[in-house]
Amino acid sequence: MDFNYNLNHLKELEAESMFVLREVAAQFENPVLLFSGGKDSILVTYLAMKAFYPARIPFPLLHIDTGHNFQETLDYRDELVERTGARLIVGSVQEAIDQGRVVEEKGLNASRNFLQTAVLLESMEKGKYDAAIGGARRDEEKARAKERFFSHRDEFGQWDPKNQRPELWNLFNGKKNIGEHFRIFPISNWTELDVWQYLSMEGVNLPSLYFAHQREVFERDGMLLAASEVIQRRPTEIPFETTVRFRTIGDITCTGAVKSTAGTIDDVIDEIAASRVTERGTRADDKRSETAMEDRKKQGYF
Amino acid sequence: MDYKHSELLRFTTAGNVDDGKSTLIGRLLYDSKSIFEDQLEAVQKASERRGEEGVNLALLTDGLKAEREQGITIDVAYRYFSTPKRKFIIADTPGHTQYTRNMVTGASTANVALILVDARTGIVEQTRRHAFIASLLQIPHLVICINKMDLVDFSEEVYTTIKEEFEKFSYKLDVKDVSFIPISALKGDNIVTRSENTPWYGGGTLLYTLENVHIGSDHNFIDARFPVQFVIRPNNDEFHDYRGYAGRVAGGILKKGDEVTLLPSGFTTKIAKIDSHGGELAEAFPPMSVTVLLEDDYDLSRGDMIVRTHNQPNVSQDLEVMICWFNERPLQLNGKYAILHTTQEARCIVKDIRYRLDINTLHRDVDDTTIRMNDIARVVLRTTKPLFFDSYRRNRITGSIILVDEHTNETVAAGMII
Repeated sequence: MDFNYNLNHLKELEAESMFVLREVAAQFENPVLLFSGGKDSILVTYLAMKAFYPARIPFPLLHIDTGHNFQETLDYRDELVERTGARLIVGSVQEAIDQGRVVEEKGLNASRNFLQTAVLLESMEKGKYDAAIGGARRDEEKARAKERFFSHRDEFGQWDPKNQRPELWNLFNGKKNIGEHFRIFPISNWTELDVWQYLSMEGVNLPSLYFAHQREVFERDGMLLAASEVIQRRPTEIPFETTVRFRTIGDITCTGAVKSTAGTIDDVIDEIAASRVTERGTRADDKRSETAMEDRKKQGYF
Repeated sequence: MDYKHSELLRFTTAGNVDDGKSTLIGRLLYDSKSIFEDQLEAVQKASERRGEEGVNLALLTDGLKAEREQGITIDVAYRYFSTPKRKFIIADTPGHTQYTRNMVTGASTANVALILVDARTGIVEQTRRHAFIASLLQIPHLVICINKMDLVDFSEEVYTTIKEEFEKFSYKLDVKDVSFIPISALKGDNIVTRSENTPWYGGGTLLYTLENVHIGSDHNFIDARFPVQFVIRPNNDEFHDYRGYAGRVAGGILKKGDEVTLLPSGFTTKIAKIDSHGGELAEAFPPMSVTVLLEDDYDLSRGDMIVRTHNQPNVSQDLEVMICWFNERPLQLNGKYAILHTTQEARCIVKDIRYRLDINTLHRDVDDTTIRMNDIARVVLRTTKPLFFDSYRRNRITGSIILVDEHTNETVAAGMII
């Protein structure tokens, strides 16, 4: 008999993530999956489908809608919900602004990214969720490199990097006091390239924003931002049309595009494999300070 | 790029403070072209702001504010790089003794441990401690990197002396596969490319070793163990009577038609089907996550275990365990803790502390048995219900436990069943 019981690295990552998702369903009473419409939360949703097949995903999807989304993202989200029969809950940043619960930033670099945290925590409290599953990866950012699969948060949703629970073998300790919750990161060990290679291997389709298309953009601090009425432009920031794609998808105001002709998933893989900058190199929200992500996470960002 | 056939290797790094761990990781990432320009630029800027000369590669791994302030590594960080052959996950763990628990954390899932030794000082207390923890945690492969060879003129004699000293010391340890590499992390000797400075060294570079070390046998493929994690019941028209047991294979190989015994009930039945989202599977092996369906309709729940009838684990409420204590509050003799083992959860009482181990001398202290943070001890636990387990030496998944403080919910100990 040929003894070849080896999983390739993508299948091993898949097995690990499915295990984590099943632990969440088993250990928590009321988990929720944070869905942004980006490739990482799409991957987590796909892995959840696998983990609980042929049953439905046993937790709802929660989208924190900044009101400044790309339309393509919203279309994709609605189609996915329809196809999988998942339950969708939307937390609206616009509504929170209108009701005066949060105050919008002003000025040129105004972003709703920061407001997302408040609305996320509000939505979690309202839905009494005790675990929020997110698509964050450790290779994204240096503070995220320190994250656990099961990330404990206090009653204010805060992360304390000095007081994390050690994670040993595959024994995840999800015990908590009332009012506390966990953030769960099933794809912690995936890199950007792993995500693309896996989505290609599995034939998962993605929002069109990830592939090369014509778009009106303008340049700011070396980044290409989409020309949109939600971003204030300086008179010198003159929009022009070019062929771009997005490496990450967030709020329009802080998501930079890259010049690219990659039209298929395999083109994208080749492009990323050769790229000399990280995917978060296109994110304005990370460039605010040396510890921008760590600071946001301490406040309850995911 | 042939990513469809690449394997995953997890390794951890250990070494004394200033032995050059961060530099080594920085070098591996840099020479394998895994550092991106914007990361390097950020590190360059941060180094400048701190008034440092040159680029401090350690800032690539020390990402937290407090770590940068103090210039030390507080917590485990995970780094990634890949070559066409393998994808690597590095658990970058702190070298300070007060953070031994983090080394244990990083080591628990590693295939390989890299232990750094400064060529100028040779084997020190910390080297023995790290090697011992690696052996205690049964990391299958040890690679001893004798670093800073540039500072001892790439002397073969220095290398051989350290190698022999380590070998003599490691006879007392339970390690199976050890290799030695003379390197300079700072200059890049024998990291990714062979060094011209060590013509007397016949072995491979560090990267070559990491790419080629045999990890296919690191899992247990002998003893079939399937802890039930979650029961899948779709309750819809199409899958009306579907009752699937979801879990991750912890050992052995499961096949359709295999005769199995269900624990704790002891009922015997057969595997009717191994299911996945992609369709039925002929067999399942570690570390796959699958769903098992049984021929007879027995009621199983989370924490139960499916095993081969003629190869069963130990079933007992009494465990002998080597533990590493993680918490500031010492272990309480006769204290009660929650115990997590595979997908099972129970409570336990610490019946006896056999001895506290001095990991520097491997001396067993039976008189002073106060177990404080970072101590390693042999203890006896009595659980509220029977656990199904193997010895840790036989299976790292079914042989490991953690203890949780029931008041604070903190994970207070990691344990390996003897």
